[in-house]
Amino acid sequence: MPEMNIIEAIRDALTLEMTRDERVIVLGLDVGRLGGVFRTTDGLQERFGKDRVVDTPLAEAVIIGSAIGLAISGMVPVAEIQFLGFTHQAFHQMGAQLGRFRYRSRGRFPLPVTVRAPMGGGTKTPEFHPDAIEAQFVQYPALKIALPSNPYDAKGMLLQAIRDPDPVLFIEPERLYRKGRAEVPAEDYTVPFGKARIAREGKDVTLVAWSAAVEVCERAAEQLATEGVQATVIDLRTLVPLDEETIVKSVESTGRCVVVHEAPLSAGFGAEIVATLQENAFYSLDAPIARVASYDTPYPPASLESHWLPSPERVVRQVRKLLSA
Amino acid sequence: MFQLLDPAGRLRNGAKPPLDDEFVLEGLRWMLLSRAIDARATALQRQGRLGVFSPVLGQEAAVVGSALALDPSRDWLVPQYRELPAMLMHGYPLHKHLLNLMGNPVEGRIPDDVLMLPTQVALAAQLPHAVGIAWGLKLQGKDGVVMTYFGEGASSEGDFHEACNLAGVVKAPVVFFLQNNNWAISTPRQLQSGAASLADRAAGYGMPGVQVDGNDLLAVNQVSREAVARARAGEGPSLIEAITYRMSFHNTTDNPSKYQDPAELEAARARDPIARVQAYLKGRGMWDEKREQEFEQAISEEIDAAVAKAQKAPVPNRSQIFDNVFAELTPRQAAQRRELLGEG
Ligand SMILES: Cc1ncc(C[n+]2csc(CCOP(=O)(O)OP(=O)(O)O)c2C)c(N)n1
Ligand SMILES: [Mg+2]
Repeated sequence: MPEMNIIEAIRDALTLEMTRDERVIVLGLDVGRLGGVFRTTDGLQERFGKDRVVDTPLAEAVIIGSAIGLAISGMVPVAEIQFLGFTHQAFHQMGAQLGRFRYRSRGRFPLPVTVRAPMGGGTKTPEFHPDAIEAQFVQYPALKIALPSNPYDAKGMLLQAIRDPDPVLFIEPERLYRKGRAEVPAEDYTVPFGKARIAREGKDVTLVAWSAAVEVCERAAEQLATEGVQATVIDLRTLVPLDEETIVKSVESTGRCVVVHEAPLSAGFGAEIVATLQENAFYSLDAPIARVASYDTPYPPASLESHWLPSPERVVRQVRKLLSA
Repeated sequence: MFQLLDPAGRLRNGAKPPLDDEFVLEGLRWMLLSRAIDARATALQRQGRLGVFSPVLGQEAAVVGSALALDPSRDWLVPQYRELPAMLMHGYPLHKHLLNLMGNPVEGRIPDDVLMLPTQVALAAQLPHAVGIAWGLKLQGKDGVVMTYFGEGASSEGDFHEACNLAGVVKAPVVFFLQNNNWAISTPRQLQSGAASLADRAAGYGMPGVQVDGNDLLAVNQVSREAVARARAGEGPSLIEAITYRMSFHNTTDNPSKYQDPAELEAARARDPIARVQAYLKGRGMWDEKREQEFEQAISEEIDAAVAKAQKAPVPNRSQIFDNVFAELTPRQAAQRRELLGEG
């Protein structure tokens, strides 16, 4: 089986789907000649031509807005926003338009649109680029939100996203793009939405995360294992749809849970997980459900980001607290 | 396209020298300083001592020529991120700029008496701010003018159009200075707009638009002074499109060989804005090798001093994460701050 990093897995999925389905069109800033600022679309323009891999003018709102129109016309757009922080320039088109068109047209215009964007900090990118704003989109209930954390999921979930009859915001973990290679099948496969991945199993505590925070939890779990604490790590994979069953079941058996995310604490998606568990697993809890998140401030200067982002150390400290409660 | 100096540094059609030679020499000094900072910053970045940055290289005449039209004691500067010499000319100290690149914005804070906004990374977001400042100056009967910079890429954003439109309606004293350097990362100018001239867009907002040779210090300064004078006289905004060329990488993470035709870069080098002013001043008996050496020596010392000063500044500490979030932290933020500092 070939080994790929996340960048290569994404490129592989795009190549596969553009070959299989002629309606698929890739559009965004610098996706063509350059192959994207992270090279996820490298070589695609040479292979599929300038009409199918399009360097657009520099304007996010029209990238998303025109993707809506392209889909209505019969194409299958995969739009790229260079950094998730710049989806705000297209926020109305993303949430209120893309995430509502099936509904407001009474089913006449479903939109098979995929919007790809890298997210997250830890790489010393300039202001706005690393903002983890995924939860803001959850408030538009007709947008699916997928956040792979590893190469296998990146490929399978992107194929799922492009084939999905509804719009999908596909958020890529920038910090993990080239973190390492893993086995990825060369053939066509999809990873269904709404099914969380159990990255590691342990009886003492459940750690819930998505995107690059999964890796933080895995490192925390390793540290905890050396202290004799066995942690389960759940990678949600998609926030919408949410796999309630997997998290509830896990917390019913461990009795303890920490949710970890890179977005600031207040009104982050962690709050939604805590509420869901409170409603469905309350009587199994041995300790209050905890959250480890970034602090409620704007993203700090690059030189201070490691103090702001959730770290394995903070997760470990939180788990110890729950165990001694 | 308006031009006063041809690429060989000769005045066109026997035009009279429009500016005092000493003034041009001062412009050249800023241009040389800018280029020397680019070189030093690139070296420091490669050693891991500075973060990502975007050089000005190739665009010095556009930036310096326009900024020379401003009066830092009453005019405002609203930058994108590729206008370092304009910021320095406006009174922002070089060591503070370096501190920002070192990830130390606390020490890099803009001094209170410098009428300038921080560099803007969210493209075109600065343009509505510039209009607001200009509008406010006008409402308060102040005679300041706002000069705002942006690239041809940024000019595709909705914020650009909305800002120009409002400026035209309220007759805001603002100069929209568009640096058309032919590239937005890897995307060439012709993919940004189907219009032959970006300056022509001004007509749609009820303001004058002019295209100028952005590598011609004298021409850039002349159109900028006209636009500033117009704004100051209450006649409203203007759009200047400076045709220039990005002679370096987009920023230190970029590798242009992937998308740039080397012949195009060579052609741009033949239109180098610094060589042009030097040839002009040489022809006027104001520039020779000795002078060049003196300038280079002084500039190198100025940069050394700024680097040394930046290195002596206090390093950032984690409690600053919570500074300037609000005038007063919310109770929840205050608790988070205590947690971060291990105080509770
Ligand atoms: C709203 C927004 N979208 C995308 C980016 C990513 N980005 C940074 S610089 C750049 C190109 C800017 O081109 P231009 O405005 O011509 O300025 P130049 O870099 O040429 O000076 C892009 C796409 C950004 N910073 N902000
Ligand atoms: Mg440009």
